[in-house]
Amino acid sequence: MSKEKNMDLEKNVYQKEKLEQKPTRNGYGQGLVELGKRSEDVVVLCADLTGSTRSAMFQKEFPDRFIQVGIAEQNMLSIAAGLAFSGKVPFVSTYGVFCPGRNWDQLRVNVCYSKANVKLTGAHTGVSVGPDGATHQALEDIAITRCLPNMTVLAPCDMIETKKATIAAGEIKGPVYLRFAREATPIFTTVKTPFQIGQAEVFKQGKDVSVIACGPTVHEALLAAHDLAKENISVAVVNNHTIKPMDEKTIIEAAKTGAVVTAEDHQVMGGLGSAVAEVLATSLPAGRQVPMEMIAVQDRFGESGQPEELMKEYGLLAEDIKQAIKKVIKRK
Amino acid sequence: MEIKKLKEQANIIRKDIIEMLVEAKSGHSAGPLGMADVFTALYFGDVLKHDPKNPKWEQRDRLVLSNGHICPVHYATLARVGYFPIEELKTLRKLGSRLQGHPHNAALPGIETSSGPLGQGISQAIGMALAVKMDKKKNQIYVISSDGEHDEGQTWEAIMFAGKNKMDNLTNIMDRNNIQIDGFTEDVMPLEPLRDKYEAFGWHVIDIDGHNIQEIIDACNQAKAIFEKPVVILAHTIPGKGVDFMEFDFKWHGKAPCAEEGQKALDCLRTLDGKIKGEHE
Ligand SMILES: Cc1ncc(C[n+]2csc(CCOP(=O)(O)OP(=O)(O)O)c2C)c(N)n1
Ligand SMILES: [Mg+2]
Repeated sequence: MSKEKNMDLEKNVYQKEKLEQKPTRNGYGQGLVELGKRSEDVVVLCADLTGSTRSAMFQKEFPDRFIQVGIAEQNMLSIAAGLAFSGKVPFVSTYGVFCPGRNWDQLRVNVCYSKANVKLTGAHTGVSVGPDGATHQALEDIAITRCLPNMTVLAPCDMIETKKATIAAGEIKGPVYLRFAREATPIFTTVKTPFQIGQAEVFKQGKDVSVIACGPTVHEALLAAHDLAKENISVAVVNNHTIKPMDEKTIIEAAKTGAVVTAEDHQVMGGLGSAVAEVLATSLPAGRQVPMEMIAVQDRFGESGQPEELMKEYGLLAEDIKQAIKKVIKRK
Repeated sequence: MEIKKLKEQANIIRKDIIEMLVEAKSGHSAGPLGMADVFTALYFGDVLKHDPKNPKWEQRDRLVLSNGHICPVHYATLARVGYFPIEELKTLRKLGSRLQGHPHNAALPGIETSSGPLGQGISQAIGMALAVKMDKKKNQIYVISSDGEHDEGQTWEAIMFAGKNKMDNLTNIMDRNNIQIDGFTEDVMPLEPLRDKYEAFGWHVIDIDGHNIQEIIDACNQAKAIFEKPVVILAHTIPGKGVDFMEFDFKWHGKAPCAEEGQKALDCLRTLDGKIKGEHE
């Protein structure tokens, strides 16, 4: 691949047991507090989930700019649109199944069509949510946000990146959706790791195949790549935190390895894998098309279980990514 | 069943709830404990027409659980009344279990709808009540709802519809326990005056002590006798009822007791009116 850029990842990035683990949503709370200090216009709304969305961290610092709407996600999003039309920068906080799940029409018209400067966040996405089960595991949120014009869609890979993404979301104009995980996941980036909306980063260089991932699954991809090096398979790993707008240049560059695997804790239809396939299918010339495999939830609902068990059951772990890499190489 | 026996039954269900939650290591405590008397009255007090051996029986009354997170009390009641083996309660929230963290109607007999996302149960119950009327049948449709989910617009859309359509085969039993996740309902989003609101929407309102089993049964019978109006039973309950360190505390909304807390909780239940016999004597 092209010129190498220093990613400044955690030095123990490949030793999971040595990494600190925290939920990405914690980075949201931290980012909100930072944004609140930077701008008086930042306001936070929540629908009876202040603790688990971490919006409580903002509420504590800036009680006058915190808005409790009760369990009313549709009302919350439209109120946010009104705030945005009046110069505020509202952050809407609840679970991904309720926003963008329950208030999608409000999102479509009040926010995206109207170009309202609203930031919406989906906590508790993916099967890694665990024992609460299918009703609480958002597996469709990327699909139903990235299909909307004017939308930016972010799925940061760890707590530190989530803080950066939250701040960056607050500082650009227009609708942004941010996706978080419930469980503690390894912190493998550092404050120095580059982050810019719309810029995918190559976290590991490789020659034989490229894994393009988002969210905490990026770390699983790194572990898979590291393992396969021992079998002389050279795997590149791309952290594709911005699913919209897609960084087409980096994706096309990554495809030069001749094979692509995508990985995400999301439904296979309409997610990151689909977004990558759209770019490659419409960009690569005949004869240079590359085989692809998609690690994702394969058109089923989630269920109750421990997060780790579910990641295994739904085939979202490093081991599964390794299998997909071997399979895609055979198709080269 | 006589009232004394029903009280004992409710306490057995409370014991089940504690044991299930300790085993699952996650889940909701306050709501399920608070609603144990209501579920006991419905299933053991001859209120619901139902047959555990024939869960899809055409003639059955329907019970829609709208606030799905309190499912431990529903699961424990269904197991105790014979819908599935009691041992299965220990599988709550585990991989492959029929007892999902939030109820799944396709998974478990006795569960009429899938729930978890709040504020959708009354609407589904209305659909069932309409179908019953179209088919000129007599089944009664019960919905269990929570106070918190009365924040949702859809709840009031449903209430308005049921009032307009005079759905007298619909009974909404609301768990009026005054808590939701972020605090007391009247602090998070005030709901009162609930009686006036429901009446303004064309409903008949009955306020009861949700821990008095005779009152629960009487209110359900009264509700069946009311014509031309849907009925809401405002069941005033104590969240965490029976476990002193959980009672009235919204922090126990979505928390499961650890093993030690579970033991303390079972000790509390032993001294509750209608205490458990046998091993907990
Ligand atoms: C639509 C929706 N929004 C948010 C939630 C998250 N949530 C689960 S329970 C709950 C509080 C509900 O209040 P209530 O039912 O009165 O709780 P309880 O009395 O049982 O503690 C919330 C906000 C949800 N399940 N559904
Ligand atoms: Mg309540």
